Amino acid sequence: MNLKSFLTGRWAVVGGFVLAAVLLLVVAPALLTPFRLGLLGKYLCFAMVAVGIGLAWGRGGMLVLGQGVFFGLGAYIMAMHLKLADAPASTGVPDFMALISSDGVPFWWEPFRSGAVTLVAIVVVPALAAVLLGLATFRRRVRGAYFAILSQALAAAFAILLIGNPRSTGGSTGLNNFKGFFGFSLRDPANRLTLYVIAVVALLAMVAVARQLMVSRYGELLVACRDAEERVRFLGYDPAAIKTFAYAVAAVMAGVAGALFVPIVGIISPNDVGIVPSIGLLIGVAIGGRTTLLGPVLGAIAVAWAETSLSERFPSGWTYAQGLLFMLVVAFLPGGLASLGPVLRGWRDRLRPAVPAEKTSVPSLSGGS
Amino acid sequence: MNADYLELTNLTVSFDGFVAVDRVNMSVLPGDLRFLIGPNGAGKTTLIDAVSGLVPATGSARWAGEDLVGRKVHRIARLGVGRTFQTATVFEELTVTQNLDIAAGARRGVLTLARRRTRVPEVVVKAMETIGLTDLAEVPAGTLSHGQKQWLEIGMLLVQDARLLMLDEPVAGMSAEEKDETGRLLRRIAADADLTVVVVEHDMDFMRAFATSVTVLHAGKVLAEGSVEQVQADPRVQEVYLGPGEHSKAVTEAVLGEGV
Ligand SMILES: Nc1ncnc2c1ncn2[C@@H]1O[C@H](COP(=O)(O)OP(=O)(O)OP(=O)(O)O)[C@@H](O)[C@H]1O
Ligand SMILES: [Mg+2]
Repeated sequence: MNLKSFLTGRWAVVGGFVLAAVLLLVVAPALLTPFRLGLLGKYLCFAMVAVGIGLAWGRGGMLVLGQGVFFGLGAYIMAMHLKLADAPASTGVPDFMALISSDGVPFWWEPFRSGAVTLVAIVVVPALAAVLLGLATFRRRVRGAYFAILSQALAAAFAILLIGNPRSTGGSTGLNNFKGFFGFSLRDPANRLTLYVIAVVALLAMVAVARQLMVSRYGELLVACRDAEERVRFLGYDPAAIKTFAYAVAAVMAGVAGALFVPIVGIISPNDVGIVPSIGLLIGVAIGGRTTLLGPVLGAIAVAWAETSLSERFPSGWTYAQGLLFMLVVAFLPGGLASLGPVLRGWRDRLRPAVPAEKTSVPSLSGGS
Repeated sequence: MNADYLELTNLTVSFDGFVAVDRVNMSVLPGDLRFLIGPNGAGKTTLIDAVSGLVPATGSARWAGEDLVGRKVHRIARLGVGRTFQTATVFEELTVTQNLDIAAGARRGVLTLARRRTRVPEVVVKAMETIGLTDLAEVPAGTLSHGQKQWLEIGMLLVQDARLLMLDEPVAGMSAEEKDETGRLLRRIAADADLTVVVVEHDMDFMRAFATSVTVLHAGKVLAEGSVEQVQADPRVQEVYLGPGEHSKAVTEAVLGEGV
């Protein structure tokens, strides 16, 4: 290892993390109003999902069109706990349930009275769901478009299930009107700032995990699975297990994101977990550059920000703008904005006449991986 | 002498009633460089597929004391069975080192997988020398020439610790020198490391130069088996390759190679 690669390697990474932490933890709170900071916190939740999508899709080649399911699992688990904690001590029944019927709390809500159970479930439930689903599909060699359709159908089914059970899930309104968060009032600006800080720390931790997975031997193996799954099998590996792991990591990231989304945004409804938000998340990742570490994060934040600010001005225009952007990226920049540099360099080299012959034989790894 | 030999007994593969491999009996010993030849559609690739677990088969394929029929692909691979494909498949975006490192790692534990590769394993370095790609270690495999990809595949089989190597048309599309290199490489591997090697090939000159024994497959059945000379002289083999009737020595040599 020479000095240069040392500088561009480890120190660049540490420096990048420090810079991101300073920007998010010091600069942003100083410059933004509490309302805008809350919005940024929401975008950070989407960015967490995006980190997982980058891993599963960008590196593992699994077109995860239904991450809303795992996001929703984490979110609803957290929301159930918050509703139960807010419920009057006399009855123990959350406000919206008491309004609809007098049957009391469904049995499967009960475990989430406990904060500890809730925190564990936020990680374990999405992970378990992803492992079961992953093994079931990847073992049967379901992949490509079939896997995409399956995961999307799941998101649709999940949303329909939520809407169909208003008594226990709040139906299409979802769960909202949370007052406290593990004993702290959500009205207090200081507590809201703390929540934002938690979101920043969670996102940075996820990026660190994703980076470690990408540079590890496992990361190489995952890319190998993406590009030539059969070959990996003939080397004695079980690709289903390799892919399922990345899928489960992505699911946990989405679950934690959902769980933080609930207190930060104050509402979770089927609109946040169905097909449309699932695809919206994916679009951010595609635009940012799915195979890179930071492309998905920046893409997701940019797309979410653009959505908010554009739909403030042109309410229905955003959907079209998003679709157009997605098509442009897919058609002209498959590596996302992260690959803009190499692609432009490639165009420049092509326009420049008569490249020396030996130069063209030097292999260049395009795409910002 | 080691016990790693391959023995096929009544191995049969059928696709919806079409029998692609028909009750094949064949055994290959360690150190042998067995060539599997036959016209297009004879079932050569399907036979390799069956042994490596890619297609379901009946009968038995015993290898090192285990029956491979009915096992999963990656389990068969872990028993030391490695194969290549008619079109070279390497991990194009990964470097030569990464390709070999992955091939060497099927038995790695979770902790090793979760960490970065700090230095290149000894077996990988050695395999890279054997296949002559040391200078290209950090080059993405996608940029290698066709021949180099085939060598990389052979290298992957070596580090994978495969003791039964099945190669599907490894020299197709190679230049004459590359073919020679490959042939010598395969000979060296089979003899030095005492591996069992099965090579599917259409190139008769290549076969003549390097085969230690030959099995001829036709319409899923074993037509002939023996040394190169025996097989070339076999009238049934000549009939399959040249059509029925008498053939001049010149025609025969043109198709089946010299020295018939
Ligand atoms: N998956 C499959 N389904 C149906 N038929 C198949 C399948 N795979 C192979 N076959 C048929 O089995 C026969 C043997 O094919 P195979 O690929 O083994 O031939 P081969 O000897 O390798 O030929 P070549 O020299 O052209 O590679 C062919 O008739 C082929 O059409
Ligand atoms: Mg074939």
